[in-house]
Amino acid sequence: MTSALELRHVSKVYGSGPSEVHALSEVDLSVERGELVAVMGPSGSGKSTLLTIAGSLEEPSSGHVLVEGTDLADISRSDRAKLRRRSIGFVFQDFNLLPGLTAIENVTLPLELDGTRAKAAQETGLNALEELDVAERAGRFPDELSGGERQRVAIARAIVGRRGLLLADEPTGALDSLNGEAVMRLLRAATRRGVAGVVVTHEAYLASWADRVVFLRDGYVVDQTHAAPGPESLLAAGDR
Amino acid sequence: MSVPYALLALLSEGPKHGLRLQNEFESRTGEVWPLNVGQVYTTLQRLERDGLVASEGDGERSRKRYAITSAGSEELADWLRTPPELVPPPRDELVIKVLVALQIPGIDVGEILQAHRRHVIEVMQRYTHIKAEAAEDDVPLALVADAELFRLEAIVRWLDAADARLKHLPAPTPAAPGGVAEPTRPTEVAR
Repeated sequence: MTSALELRHVSKVYGSGPSEVHALSEVDLSVERGELVAVMGPSGSGKSTLLTIAGSLEEPSSGHVLVEGTDLADISRSDRAKLRRRSIGFVFQDFNLLPGLTAIENVTLPLELDGTRAKAAQETGLNALEELDVAERAGRFPDELSGGERQRVAIARAIVGRRGLLLADEPTGALDSLNGEAVMRLLRAATRRGVAGVVVTHEAYLASWADRVVFLRDGYVVDQTHAAPGPESLLAAGDR
Repeated sequence: MSVPYALLALLSEGPKHGLRLQNEFESRTGEVWPLNVGQVYTTLQRLERDGLVASEGDGERSRKRYAITSAGSEELADWLRTPPELVPPPRDELVIKVLVALQIPGIDVGEILQAHRRHVIEVMQRYTHIKAEAAEDDVPLALVADAELFRLEAIVRWLDAADARLKHLPAPTPAAPGGVAEPTRPTEVAR
């Protein structure tokens, strides 16, 4: 089966000579549809670089990035942009909603940029807002929304249409723990509907929502969690 | 141990049988803390001896109904306001392991920290899984799961801080003078 995202021996070097920085080294990572993967690591471990390369916002120095089986190196720049618009959704810590557009306009923008008719885009956008329980705020501008609502709109924009890959960089960073948990619940629900999700976070409380946690250190993937045993063993552990 | 007080709290709603107390205890802690019925009866016996509950009915223990006494209500009210023990146990096993690792020449302490970090996060994933699968309005379960999750997260934060501190140590790992010190920082025990 084709993975939604596959990184093969991906390395990224910034600068050259003595000022060379190895942001990522030989990273291998596959993420399947339906799976939520968290990437953890200290500051400077390469988490954000991994995400921007996976999202084709940056090119690797060496190695290959495949999105739904397509090697990004094999396609033209404009095809990459199209693939990014159609297949990949981004969620950022500071929401990145356009302030002059309403919630629904923010959500439908990527669809309209991609040539979807306004009416169809409106319908799809409303569905996405509905999935995230913010449809009644569709006509509001970002500054009329709470932090939690803004992040819901941002997630709706990221999953609208037929995106197969959801990339989130510290998506709960600006939120308190319960709003953060709500966001993780939504990301998890989105992956359960068939999207592949990668979320970068340094908070273990939020990373624990992922099916798999990958640990980065100095640009290397050093470890990952294994399939967690069922809850029965937990109940036994709680018996004290 | 807080089981006696949990039983007193359940009895402040009215007299109940032991079996019902067991069921209610489990359902209100989100079934994360199982309690066997034998434990319930031994606890009730002790509470009765101390005058905190009174029983009615005779014969088998399963036929008795228990009621909270006024002394029991006072004891419960006091307990709710008494701060729990926050001083850490004198020897934190995880801290000791890391201190011991620092003494061993050539050992990769970072790798040891990571092994513990992975393990703790795997346990956290299991608690979160229980929370994720439960109804969103199951508040007792969320409270119990959060208590464990934040406790475990504190361990991960300690591991992260330890990692960052060790980065500043000159390589190769030197043996700290004076042997293994008593831990002074309040951290949690990894069981």
